[in-house]
Amino acid sequence: MMDGTSATAATTTGYNFAYLDEQTKRMIRRAILKAVAVPGYQVPFASREMPLPYGWGTGGIQVTASIIGQADVLKVIDQGADDTTNAVSIRKFFGRTTGVATTERTIEATIVQTRHRVPETKLRDDQIIVYQVPVPEPLRWLEPREAETRKMHALSEYGPMHVKLYEDIARYGRVTTAYDYPVMVDGRYLMRPSPIPKFDNPKLDMCPALQLFGAGREKRIYAVPPYTSVKSLDFEDHPFTIESWDEACAICGSTESFLDEVITDDKGGRMFVCSDTDYCGERRKESGDEPA
Amino acid sequence: MSRLDLADVSPIAEEAPLLDVQGLTKLYGGRVGCEDVSFQLWPGEVLGVVGESGSGKTTLLNCLAARLEPTSGTIHYRMRDGEMADIFALSEPRRRLLTRTDWGFVHQNPRDGLRLSVSAGANVGERLMAVGARHYGAIRAAATDWLDKVEIETQRIDDLPRDFSGGMQQRLQIARNLVSNPRLVFMDEPTGGLDVSVQARLLDLLRGLVRDLGLAAVIVTHDLGVARLLAHRLMVMRGGEVVESGLTDQVLDDPQHPYTQLLASAILQA
Repeated sequence: MMDGTSATAATTTGYNFAYLDEQTKRMIRRAILKAVAVPGYQVPFASREMPLPYGWGTGGIQVTASIIGQADVLKVIDQGADDTTNAVSIRKFFGRTTGVATTERTIEATIVQTRHRVPETKLRDDQIIVYQVPVPEPLRWLEPREAETRKMHALSEYGPMHVKLYEDIARYGRVTTAYDYPVMVDGRYLMRPSPIPKFDNPKLDMCPALQLFGAGREKRIYAVPPYTSVKSLDFEDHPFTIESWDEACAICGSTESFLDEVITDDKGGRMFVCSDTDYCGERRKESGDEPA
Repeated sequence: MSRLDLADVSPIAEEAPLLDVQGLTKLYGGRVGCEDVSFQLWPGEVLGVVGESGSGKTTLLNCLAARLEPTSGTIHYRMRDGEMADIFALSEPRRRLLTRTDWGFVHQNPRDGLRLSVSAGANVGERLMAVGARHYGAIRAAATDWLDKVEIETQRIDDLPRDFSGGMQQRLQIARNLVSNPRLVFMDEPTGGLDVSVQARLLDLLRGLVRDLGLAAVIVTHDLGVARLLAHRLMVMRGGEVVESGLTDQVLDDPQHPYTQLLASAILQA
């Protein structure tokens, strides 16, 4: 997969394959290797300026750029959808700078770059999922000093993290953190799973695919290797739970996927639909209800 | 009075001291924070450190509590397994664990010792969670129990400390420290900034807690009244040095050093 050494396939000339120069890719690959070797540990890397603003996925793009090869098939999703601005822009970016095939189907992809969701379709061990991370440090809310949070990670001082959960339960009767829900990776490092809904947290646990996390502005890369335990924090008497809905997807009828509420008019009309557009479309195809 | 004499008359004599400090010196560049301080503290004993502002009391306390690294000298602490451990030779994780479980530190300003943005219950429960308590109900029960012990109404468990009065904040800070059943508590001017009636209640509470829990404590104060009420023994500091030490009543009623005499005579006679 890591054979991106030539610029021959690029459809936009003047740039190296996948935009980044080879030295930068090597630097990022080294960070990725270290991240894989120490699951959940945030590896600093020399994040580059990208032709996209921070917050648009510069970390994820750099990770993808350094692992993508000519034989890869790329899928990019944003909030579960393949057709949102962010996803379209990034897919087009890699299309122009690498010429690799892109897809909207999860099963066809070898690399999935994502923001805010994990695909509903179960990932395989020949796939890599790349997350875009805005804030990598789970302890930041309680400790503003980087030196101190690193020390807390080094010494596994994660007790104060439960103070936050305690506070939620004391105030609202349940843990109200709904996205970016902190997890313990391999029983050692506390990690932010990026702003995915906590609905997706169980998918990270023992996932067959390699999971890479890139934070461009904060200059950190971390990873969860295949088949690694990822446990969401909780209390014994308030176990971790995921969201559930009373309704099924209005389009495909799924009761197992993450649903978005869509407002349909200004008279209180609304519907619930799968946030994963590929999953929803595939289900309709299977049931013979082909989209027009 | 020599240290040996002190050991003999210590109110609670045990075979080994809890804290053994030898030749502790802290220099800030060329300036002296505290110089050549030696003493021993026995389990259940309360040591008062008095002196004027800038006499090195707080520097000494911060060194003792492993919050500042001394320039020279040693501090040995008797761990729960009986081993006398050199505090600064312990590995950092062990030292941090020790300061969070077996020790407490009560700041003069409760805002330094509390998390103001989380509720009183979470403040008290933090130490429990830090050592692995993962049962919400049990943590809450312990927090409720401790709020009651420090005379804070238990229905205020979910209120933020910033909505508490100064005296309540100070009591909350004490509960937050004592919840892990420490054996040694460091207090820096615990009654500073409180009015006299609130001070009296806090002193009452502290005296009761120290007696009931068998706590050892080092209390830094410039208030000799506080020292007389709480401390079994006193160390008088001036210019970074200990100028006199002994039993509290002895030091205050029969001061030997001119500076102590001055201090003692400055108390308003009732």
